Amino acid sequence: MNTNRPWWRLDGFYIYAVLYLTFIYLPVLFLPLFSFNDSKYIAFPLKGFTLKWYEAMINNPPMLSALMNSIKIGLVVAILSTIFGLLAAKAVTRYRMPGRGPVVGFIMIPLVIPEIILGISLLILLNLADIPLSLLTVGFAHLLLCVPFSMLVLVSRMEGFDKSMEEAGLDLGENAWMTFWRVTFPIVLPGIIASLLLTFTISFDEFVLAFFLSSIDQTLPVYIWSSLRFPSKLPSTLALGATIFMASFIVVTFAEWVRRGGVRLDSTSGI
Amino acid sequence: MDHDAIISFQNVSKHFGKVKAVDHVNFDIQRGEFFSLLGPSGCGKTTLLRMVAGFETPSSGEVFLDGEPMSVSPPNRRPVNMVFQNYAIFPHLDVRGNIAFGMRKAGLTRSELDRRIDEVLELIKLPGYGRRGADELSGGQRQRVALARALIKQPKVLLLDEPLGALDKKLREQMQIELRQLQQQIGITFLFVTHDQEEALTLSDRIAVMSEGQVIEIASPSQLYESPGSRFVADFIGSMNFFEGEISSQEGSTVRIQTQTLGDLSAAYPAESSTVGQRVWVAIRPEKLLPVFTEPQSRTNSVAGQMGASAYLGDRSHFYVYLAQRREPVLVALQNLERMKDHLYQPNQSVWLQWALDAVVVLPRD
Repeated sequence: MNTNRPWWRLDGFYIYAVLYLTFIYLPVLFLPLFSFNDSKYIAFPLKGFTLKWYEAMINNPPMLSALMNSIKIGLVVAILSTIFGLLAAKAVTRYRMPGRGPVVGFIMIPLVIPEIILGISLLILLNLADIPLSLLTVGFAHLLLCVPFSMLVLVSRMEGFDKSMEEAGLDLGENAWMTFWRVTFPIVLPGIIASLLLTFTISFDEFVLAFFLSSIDQTLPVYIWSSLRFPSKLPSTLALGATIFMASFIVVTFAEWVRRGGVRLDSTSGI
Repeated sequence: MDHDAIISFQNVSKHFGKVKAVDHVNFDIQRGEFFSLLGPSGCGKTTLLRMVAGFETPSSGEVFLDGEPMSVSPPNRRPVNMVFQNYAIFPHLDVRGNIAFGMRKAGLTRSELDRRIDEVLELIKLPGYGRRGADELSGGQRQRVALARALIKQPKVLLLDEPLGALDKKLREQMQIELRQLQQQIGITFLFVTHDQEEALTLSDRIAVMSEGQVIEIASPSQLYESPGSRFVADFIGSMNFFEGEISSQEGSTVRIQTQTLGDLSAAYPAESSTVGQRVWVAIRPEKLLPVFTEPQSRTNSVAGQMGASAYLGDRSHFYVYLAQRREPVLVALQNLERMKDHLYQPNQSVWLQWALDAVVVLPRD
């Protein structure tokens, strides 16, 4: 690499990168911008600085409860789907089993079925089974959707490390359970974290399934959709959006810092 | 079963579907031996090793370890440890963490464990490397850590699955010597799997040559090289020139053999296994054929030919010699004892090959 060149060198690739990032992030940046704008209407020119939409957000119990619902479902779904994904990934990558192909295909189906179809069929099924719609049914649908994503992430991580690592664990005197905790788990940990983040995000902003399968308790995307009809509610939604954006930015930055080895594992933690 | 045997394979077979990976294997490994399983890939040597480790279970037969049948023991309960082909160093632990991994249940105090780790680090010549991460080690260092991690457990047998295959030639030769010294120093039985015959010859007390799931021959390196028991072993270990022959007469343990290409020759062959008229292979190693460029006085144990292609290898030269009545050339190896000599010979030059009486190996042919 030529270190004499300035970091902002103007070549085609650099321009492309800037355009790309602008295209992706500019719309997102309107969120915080208008959340501080002293006007009900999302339009230029900007009127003046205000924090009243954030105040309105805090004083909007239905919105906050929708937020809490989404966080609760997201956390439970992320943990459960990662556990299922991990077990499935271990089975698929480590054992010779009959019918492996069809089983994997079956788990992956929700990835390719349009969510609207999945939502309608689940609704029909739940009606037939006489199960009332609730946050539980939304969570169940999200689990169905998230397991294949989790499994994809973890299968690639499990395939990426050598099976003989686990054999070495057994060879050095640990049983299968302890080998899992002392060898497999720490090695796939980055994949587990990635899977938790991914599945939480998928569940958190999932709209179609939640729309079909929720009743009175709404998740955040459904609440936001329903509040679009009332222009006066929109700016506080922007404030919420900006807050969530900041929060996820902090979480992702922290996760990346952990992944880069900001926290070093002590050797003796292996004992 | 021999009481001194640390490992005993008794009628061990392993089938994967229709493939017989290991087929009725019977032999013992003595306590303190450096024993190698040698064979081409797919001959069953790794499967045999993995059965000792417990990663595979025999389809039939039994592996005994120090007199105990092993088929009921899972890998974590066996008093053996393994050095894996790619070392399987745990990437999330540093060198000390890797070495300490198997000592969790040893019931050592912190300081006692630290002392033991320091000892093995000393043994593998990596003192001061304890805090290195797995990704900060070279191939040779990873191999040493894999050794240390297994040796600290004081196994009854150390299993090594082609551990030198990934190293470059210089390092491999150095590790061969160190491995041999280490084994003699600590006195643990080593069971070593390799497809590299030179490596097996260098390291082992005894070698089992395997092919297609069966053990063809078990002998010391020099016995395998100098007096192989079959054409397969003679061909697999080193290079060998084979000539078709037929026993024409016998006197004690010496036989006269008639060959088309080498004429009549005498060779040692045990009287009990020979009969007049028996078809045999006459086998001579390339380095045991001495080329001379003037016609020798005596025609016994010598044959005339023409020089073919030659190759200069630094310490020695290889060349082909074409004999009358034989299509394929004879391979001859010559030490380059003198410096600054033109070792590449003229093609089609006349040459006579001579050999000593005891250079000839006679093998059954059918």
